[in-house]
Amino acid sequence: MTRSPFAMYGRELGALALALLWCVPFYYLAIVSLKPTTEIFADPVGFPDRLEFANYAEAWAGTMGVSLGKAMLNSLIVTVGSVLSVILIGSVTAYVIARNGRRMGTLMYFFFVAGIILPHQLSVVPLYSAMRQIGLVGNHLGLIVLYSGLMTPMSVFLYSGFVRTLPADYEEAAEVDGASRGRIFRMVIFPLLAPVTGTVAVMVGMVVWNDFFIQLIFLSGSPAQTLPVAIYGFVGEFSARWNLVFAAVFVSIAPILAFYLFAQRQLIQGFTGGIK
Amino acid sequence: MLSPTAARAPLSWAIPAIVIMLLFHYAAFVAGGWYAFTDWNGLTRPNFVGLDNFRRVLTSEEARSALGNTLFLTVFYVTLSNAIGLGLAMLLNGSLRGRNALRVLFFAPVVMSPLAVSYVWKFIFAVNGPINAGLEGVGLDSATRVWLGDPDTAIWAVLVVMVWQFSGLCMAFYLAGLQGIPDEVLEAAEIDGASRWRRFRKIIFPLLAPAATVSIALPTIFGLRTFDQVIALTFGGPGYATETLATQIFKQTFGFGRFGYGAAFALVLTALVLVVSSIQLIVLRAREDRL
Repeated sequence: MTRSPFAMYGRELGALALALLWCVPFYYLAIVSLKPTTEIFADPVGFPDRLEFANYAEAWAGTMGVSLGKAMLNSLIVTVGSVLSVILIGSVTAYVIARNGRRMGTLMYFFFVAGIILPHQLSVVPLYSAMRQIGLVGNHLGLIVLYSGLMTPMSVFLYSGFVRTLPADYEEAAEVDGASRGRIFRMVIFPLLAPVTGTVAVMVGMVVWNDFFIQLIFLSGSPAQTLPVAIYGFVGEFSARWNLVFAAVFVSIAPILAFYLFAQRQLIQGFTGGIK
Repeated sequence: MLSPTAARAPLSWAIPAIVIMLLFHYAAFVAGGWYAFTDWNGLTRPNFVGLDNFRRVLTSEEARSALGNTLFLTVFYVTLSNAIGLGLAMLLNGSLRGRNALRVLFFAPVVMSPLAVSYVWKFIFAVNGPINAGLEGVGLDSATRVWLGDPDTAIWAVLVVMVWQFSGLCMAFYLAGLQGIPDEVLEAAEIDGASRWRRFRKIIFPLLAPAATVSIALPTIFGLRTFDQVIALTFGGPGYATETLATQIFKQTFGFGRFGYGAAFALVLTALVLVVSSIQLIVLRAREDRL
């Protein structure tokens, strides 16, 4: 395409200006966490005179006896547990929906997918009181159970779109070879679903890792508290010490940011897969 | 002999998932809906109080602020993140130096925890923080403000954080849409002498309809549920200036133990999400077919 050099430089300049604007929060995230306390508001804009790495050591200790390391481990347990159980439930269910005829399949599909739109703010109230009675508040298991329940619609939705396109040839071949139904699913179907399994893992993993509302309600003040709850408590205790807060915030963001930089192409594709 | 396909995936395999759906979605939904008509405090037996909670939801100051703010945030957030996202996508779709790095940068906030992001912005907006320091630095002392403590600016600060964090998501949707448009179509239009604006309006924009559907529908649901940003930045204040439906649900239920009243708020939020999403989907899908 023909374009005047003026228009081209205009575009580059515009892009650069926006990029700089977008970088501002990242800039502060990096520098404030390394500033000595006295310098934070004396010079809020500039670079620190000396780098205070001790902020990270102090932030790592966390609050209420839960270190940031422990909180990160809690987040990891809850996230991995939820992802695994959602993958299991979603893949099996979507397979059943796809193989059970038009009418039954459609009916079940809507039965599951309706759960995506309903905001869980309403269901969380009764779920909280019911789960409190059976000891599922304030621990990992409770959250894994809850997220598995809440994220089932999304995983059934994602898996269904894919399973429908799978031809039955492979299953038939496996059946001729005398494989059992369970074995056919495990050895033939599930491996074919790998691309969606990746998408489900990333989507559900991100939602659970970053979710705050439910974790605040279910884990507040508990030793099982996850990163968002820990950061929230941390800010409550050290609100005046922005360098510590920023160190804690940086620690909480670092794992997911590292994962993103490592797998950004696949991750963005996971988000936009449905758009043609 | 081969068994019919359905026999390979017996319905009984779906029973766990069906039970999960009944418990975590349908039963919980009905139970929550029932609480909305009671005075339950989370501990003692609930009494049926008819429409009392809803009367309060319609008349109390906190509820009206929450509803107004939620709608305000949703409308502006959806509009701005779509405008910026579409602009970024157009900018980054052509040949531009460093466009991959820029995509990675603009999308990065999307994967981060909204709570953590909001704390970073809380510092930027602080009274003696970078924005005010910068304004003073260039002699605009009169423009400095208590951004998060001023009822006129606090809600805009919340909006800025949401738009900064999620415009990249709209950008990704529109970029995916743009990549689906064949170059030949655009080249043909250029040869026919269509201006750039005309090419955008008559060819690109209509073909982006599926991307627009997602780009509008998803942020709408996010916007209606706004919670993390408000809790981190202002905790609903000053006064009720930044209260949203989700923050009120949390405060009424788990802060004050008014489970019934909180459930009424949640029912209003649910109804709002259902009505808005259904209308949107019908309109946007119809638009996709028409274009």
